[in-house]
Amino acid sequence: MEEVKEIQPMPRIGDEAPKFEAMTTMGPISFPEDFKGQWVVFFSHPADFTPVCSTEFLAFAKMKEEFDKRNVQLLGLSIDSNFSHIAWIMNLKEKTGVEISFPIVADVDGKVARLYGMLHPGESSTATVRAVFIIDPNGKIRAIIYYPLSCGRNMKEIVRLIDALQTADKYGVATPANWVSEPQVWEYTEENTKVIVPPPTTYEDAVKRLKEGYECIDWYFCKKSLK
Amino acid sequence: MSQGCISPDGKPAERALELLKLLLEKKKLSDLEIAEILKRPLFQVRSSLRELEKMGFIEKIEGFYGITEKGRRLL
Repeated sequence: MEEVKEIQPMPRIGDEAPKFEAMTTMGPISFPEDFKGQWVVFFSHPADFTPVCSTEFLAFAKMKEEFDKRNVQLLGLSIDSNFSHIAWIMNLKEKTGVEISFPIVADVDGKVARLYGMLHPGESSTATVRAVFIIDPNGKIRAIIYYPLSCGRNMKEIVRLIDALQTADKYGVATPANWVSEPQVWEYTEENTKVIVPPPTTYEDAVKRLKEGYECIDWYFCKKSLK
Repeated sequence: MSQGCISPDGKPAERALELLKLLLEKKKLSDLEIAEILKRPLFQVRSSLRELEKMGFIEKIEGFYGITEKGRRLL
């Protein structure tokens, strides 16, 4: 008998952002209704208390001013509970001093993740990929980016994409390859060359991790240099 | 969906009281004005307004929000 595969519809560029109601770390939301009039970067991450996601959240939080300037509201999501989200962002604040001041959708049953096509079974059937939906002030999806679980996103590229969309809207133009809103150098330091050490999967290994000589922010969040 | 600005037993959270007090003082405000005065994200203000309106503590007239008698009694 031929295997029947379930096909999940996925939102596409130009579609209205699918509606949902959910609890977030900043209270309940009705999406996209509550966000009308603002641009939204709605992004998924595989799971709380994972290292690559932690670097992304810290990077997003550090660029909050840049998003604010562009009338952009950040909105995160993963298949985790609200308590897990809260515990994680409190852990990040405690260990790094960085406040995650944008909401994170609690999607324990994966309903929102499926609605937005954030689950890619070939990559993982339980963890969302690194999806980014850029939604305009009228609630229309204007751009979509997907990254695999293993690669952290480039926040500067996301800001560049928002600038390009806003410029296209304002001036009725299109933007070429490598376009930027003003001349700039994307500066990267030695810190950007470091990689993530896969987090331990047992309690015993977690206890050992902090003594293994890596650069650790916490037991699940360690980096090393490949040089 | 609740667990926002009103607890399941009907008690207002700090951010609901803050919003009701503001509407008591200013009489009528839009969602944008409230977000600006309270320095809270717009989506969060809209969520609180929806919840408070549903509970009958505030009302919306021609795009502006005002406190109701029920809302005044809460303060």
